[in-house]
Amino acid sequence: MASMESLLIHLSLAVLFLPLAGFTLLIFFGKRIPRQDLVETGLLFLALAISIYIMVQKVFFLGVPRIDMTFRWLDLGAVFGYPGFTIDLGIAIDNITAIMLVVVTLISSLVHLFSLGYMEGDVRYTRYYAYLGFFSFSMLGIVLSNNLLMMYAFWELVGISSYLLIGHWYEKKSASDAGKKAFIVNRVGDVGFFIGIMIVFTQLHTFLLTKVFGGIAAGHLSGPLLTAAGILIFCGAVGKSAQFPLHVWLPDAMEGPTPVSALIHAATMVAAGVYLVARVYPMLTAGALTVIAYIGAITAFLAATIAITQNDIKKVLAYSTVSQLGYMVMALGVGAFSAGFFHLVTHAAFKAGLFLGSGSVIYAMHHEQDMRKMGGLRKKMPITYWSFVIFSLSISGIPLTSGFLSKDNILAGSLAYGILTGNYLIPIIGYAVVFLTAAYMFRLIIMTFHGEPRDHHAYEHAKESPKVMTIPLIVLAALSIFVFYSFNPFNPDNGWFLRAVTQPASVVPPAQSYGFNQPVNLSVADSASAGASLAGASFVEQPAVPTAEYHEVMEEIHYPGLALSLTLALLGIFMAFFVYEWKKLDAEKLKQRVLPVYNCLYNKWYFDELYGATAIAGTIMLSKSLAWFDSHVIDGVVNGAASFTRLWSRLSGQFDHYVVDGLVNFSAWFTGFLGRGVRKVQNGKVQTYIVFALLGVIVIFYVFRQF
Amino acid sequence: MQYQFLGIGYLTWITFLPIVGMIVVLLIPRGNANSMKWTALAVTVLQLVVAGLIWMNFKPALTGINDPSGFQFIEKAKWIDLPGVAWFGHVSIDYFLGIDGLSLPMIVLTALISFVGVIASWNINKSQKGYFALYLLLDTGMMGVFVALDMFLFYVFWEIMLLPMYFLIGIWGGPRREYAAIKFFLYTLFGSVLILLVMLALYFSVSIKDPATGQMMHTFDMLAMMNPQNYDPNSLLGGIGTYWRYVAFIALFIGFAIKVPIFPFHTWLPDAHVEAPTAISVILAGVLLKMGTYGLLRISFPIFPDIMLKSAYPLAILGFINIVYGALCAMAQTDFKKMIAYSSISHMGVVLLGISALNSQGMAGGVFQMFNHGVVTAMLFLIVGVIYDRAHTRDMNSFGGLANQMPVYTGIMTVAFFAAIGLPGLNEFVSELFSYLGAFAAFRWVAIFSSIGIVLTAGYMLWALQRVFLGQLPDKWKGLPDINGRELVALVPLMVVVILLGVLPSIMLHPMNATLNHLVNFVHSVGAGMTAAK
Repeated sequence: MASMESLLIHLSLAVLFLPLAGFTLLIFFGKRIPRQDLVETGLLFLALAISIYIMVQKVFFLGVPRIDMTFRWLDLGAVFGYPGFTIDLGIAIDNITAIMLVVVTLISSLVHLFSLGYMEGDVRYTRYYAYLGFFSFSMLGIVLSNNLLMMYAFWELVGISSYLLIGHWYEKKSASDAGKKAFIVNRVGDVGFFIGIMIVFTQLHTFLLTKVFGGIAAGHLSGPLLTAAGILIFCGAVGKSAQFPLHVWLPDAMEGPTPVSALIHAATMVAAGVYLVARVYPMLTAGALTVIAYIGAITAFLAATIAITQNDIKKVLAYSTVSQLGYMVMALGVGAFSAGFFHLVTHAAFKAGLFLGSGSVIYAMHHEQDMRKMGGLRKKMPITYWSFVIFSLSISGIPLTSGFLSKDNILAGSLAYGILTGNYLIPIIGYAVVFLTAAYMFRLIIMTFHGEPRDHHAYEHAKESPKVMTIPLIVLAALSIFVFYSFNPFNPDNGWFLRAVTQPASVVPPAQSYGFNQPVNLSVADSASAGASLAGASFVEQPAVPTAEYHEVMEEIHYPGLALSLTLALLGIFMAFFVYEWKKLDAEKLKQRVLPVYNCLYNKWYFDELYGATAIAGTIMLSKSLAWFDSHVIDGVVNGAASFTRLWSRLSGQFDHYVVDGLVNFSAWFTGFLGRGVRKVQNGKVQTYIVFALLGVIVIFYVFRQF
Repeated sequence: MQYQFLGIGYLTWITFLPIVGMIVVLLIPRGNANSMKWTALAVTVLQLVVAGLIWMNFKPALTGINDPSGFQFIEKAKWIDLPGVAWFGHVSIDYFLGIDGLSLPMIVLTALISFVGVIASWNINKSQKGYFALYLLLDTGMMGVFVALDMFLFYVFWEIMLLPMYFLIGIWGGPRREYAAIKFFLYTLFGSVLILLVMLALYFSVSIKDPATGQMMHTFDMLAMMNPQNYDPNSLLGGIGTYWRYVAFIALFIGFAIKVPIFPFHTWLPDAHVEAPTAISVILAGVLLKMGTYGLLRISFPIFPDIMLKSAYPLAILGFINIVYGALCAMAQTDFKKMIAYSSISHMGVVLLGISALNSQGMAGGVFQMFNHGVVTAMLFLIVGVIYDRAHTRDMNSFGGLANQMPVYTGIMTVAFFAAIGLPGLNEFVSELFSYLGAFAAFRWVAIFSSIGIVLTAGYMLWALQRVFLGQLPDKWKGLPDINGRELVALVPLMVVVILLGVLPSIMLHPMNATLNHLVNFVHSVGAGMTAAK
């Protein structure tokens, strides 16, 4: 390994363990360290600096596509009938990893900074920073892992840190409920992920992604099992990235402190699902990708429709997150890999910004989250307001923003996919959600910042947040501008980002993959060498080569698609102004007219009620009835056996007393009775004896008369 | 012989040290409770030291199971040798001790849990003399089971452990202690009878050459019982896959299943746990349950490999039932201790699932899970004990918000709960992962259905955590003091083990590996060979 590569690997280990060091310090020596919060924040900024160095080196200077460090964790040897059980683990850095390192450490350090203001004077301030550190460690672990096992392990650790942070104010039942719900719903997805891993390991005997791809390329795992493995691994993403039907936990997770929502439930952890799909991308079959595309589209649509009816500022943003995650997942599903990952990165910046901005508002409003009680804050909080506007323009996909670049690519990809495969529903949903997104975002801005203040008391006290809170907003607002990703504000294709993030070629059998962006160049000879890689040499990922047909369609739809999405976004913004700013249309009347629909959306399509009535009630009923079965039937049999034995022993005791002993006593009595009877005969009178002797002789003669 | 101290082997020391302690305790005048406690503590600490010595001198490369040369720390002496006892013939029973990679983790676990149990017994205030004497006798019984290689000796230790347990629950237990103690005793005795019958059947079916006289004689040597050549062709258990071998396997299985406990023989467990004092619950869940699975691995698998190969699937299904049924029952409980008792049933199902897979990952996962569950569940029972000592209730619904009242306690509890949930970085994650991986390779659908348990475990554990530790603190618990030093001494070593083995599982997996692979190979090759020969 060249020295630079080795340096980068070691630096990335430092990035990984710095937050953990902070966690350990704070948990064990928290009370003895002055300003623990600054220690943890400083560590994160150090990690950010190192990450930026790694990314710049990796993306711009290093010629090697991927740096890998693998070690043998365990070797249990082979046994009869089963090949050897060895587990190799390790970390790897490619462009995607390097970019993710910066995204995670950047958002995390900004959130640390923001929390200095937001969480000041909190009951468990030190604990809060410790958990933030632990989360950052786990998240970086997912990013750096080069194998499924470590990913799964860090995946669970991320889940537990999310649980701990959602339940930060655990005195509130709603907070501890939300934490529990998040963890359990995620576990449902994780079980799928786990089964997927088991399929992969059982077939290919490795967790290392490169070897997994090599094994699949060599044909050791194919057919329905490969599709199943892909969908099951995606289940993990469905949980973490809050995709339909497991999206229900994310809005509840807003019970956590708002900076946590920004870090975990908007920018990083929820994006981990998308990251996971991106990592296993080469092994996904067309079948799996279609499922992924539809799940993403359904999620994007469902969540956007819910977001438009909510009144809690954080709930709107939460559903917006779900919807945008749906976009990313959909992008991966339709084969627009780079666009999906691009949106992950741009979304991390502007959504973290939106949450921190809402945190700034909530802080100013003394922990009021209901938008119906806000309004007019524009003048009081100019920095928050203007950054909020930039974030909203970005998420709505207005030109000159980062969101425009990434979202437009997703929409183009979905449209091309629709044209090439005939699945038109996906692009239709994709464009519909553009309208919804713009509408609910500007509804939020207008209700919060425009118009007249509705709660004058709170308004009087509201003021712009302190610098530690506004600086992160300014940084994130800056990062929501196109220039950081591409110098061309209308086409990012030649920007550094999309040149760095290339779609990996699929390794699934050609019959099982999308025809239009196939590697094609993976010949039989290549497959053979890929097979050899199972034995040792690393399989090298190749960039996908789209077909000429795909290129052609993309060219054709580029400008019409762009025009359509822009029109829809502007229409959405206009609608928001029309209803909420200019009040040309009464929102209340509109609501009354479509009341059933409104109620359905307002109640989140009744998913919570549905799950409550089926899965949860069913499990609880099953558990109660099994507990009853256990204590009454099974234990009843045991106790019954005991009672039966006791009854039997009592019966045999009676039998012993009355029958056995009775016989003994009877024979004694009978002997006595006989004795008493016979005694009378023996009275000492000779004449009696003679009479008896005579009688005896007669009897004898009678008996023996025949002889 | 190597590995001796004062001319007595390490294994004898570790097994009979508690008996020495028991005699000392019995000689201490009544009323001097402190000396009794300290004696018991000293003995268990010494035992832990011997366990450490054994651990350090253990050679991981050696195999064991059926191979006498693969065993370590062997001690063998004639124990009972009667030239001719009527029709019974020449009776020869050996004092035969030895360990391999299967018994090593169990020995360390027993020593560790016994030590922790003494600390947890510190505030026993009812006839301490009897308590500590019986406790130490129990300790010897448990240790003996894990070191005995002669089946008769194994059985003796198995029974020795039963009686003190009966009294410890029946005298020092909770309100329904007599019911629980009798239930435990009779249930286990029922299993013992089955084991005894199979043992005698095996004895009369196996003949080896007496090394002294050269004559053929029956033997209780487990290793001899594992060799198909030693079976008399016309004996009851001779032959391959015969009716009587199935009967014997099932009888033996029921005997061990009661101890594990495997559904539907498990209902003694919740009662025994709820009524037993904290330390005894810790021993019961920490060590006693492992005897069942240990018996399966040490006796059932290698002596009946032909039947075992045929029974792997049903065993895995029983493992699945244990996992899911135990978890669902745990979810319905409101008694903290009863919930943990049912969670034990669920977690022992993972052991069964892993070992029935008969491959190296499943076997390693199953045996590692035996150790890990011992440590984690001991922590959980200690945690319940801490709260019960203070509040005198175990009703989870009457608590809430203890996290603020008892922060250190809550921190330790969190580690134990998360370990039970199977969180990475803590020991049960690794053992469950391997068990599932092994089971998936052998029986895919059973593993898939069992993985429901992963969700259910998170459900009931987090629900319990929420009800007891989160939320608002009721006024009546405002005065509860946080965990004290003595309780920390019991919990912290276990917590260190939980974290250490979670991060570096190979510490434990490495010494087990050769033995367990040998066991898997042995069962497969002998079993398959026997079936083919038939």
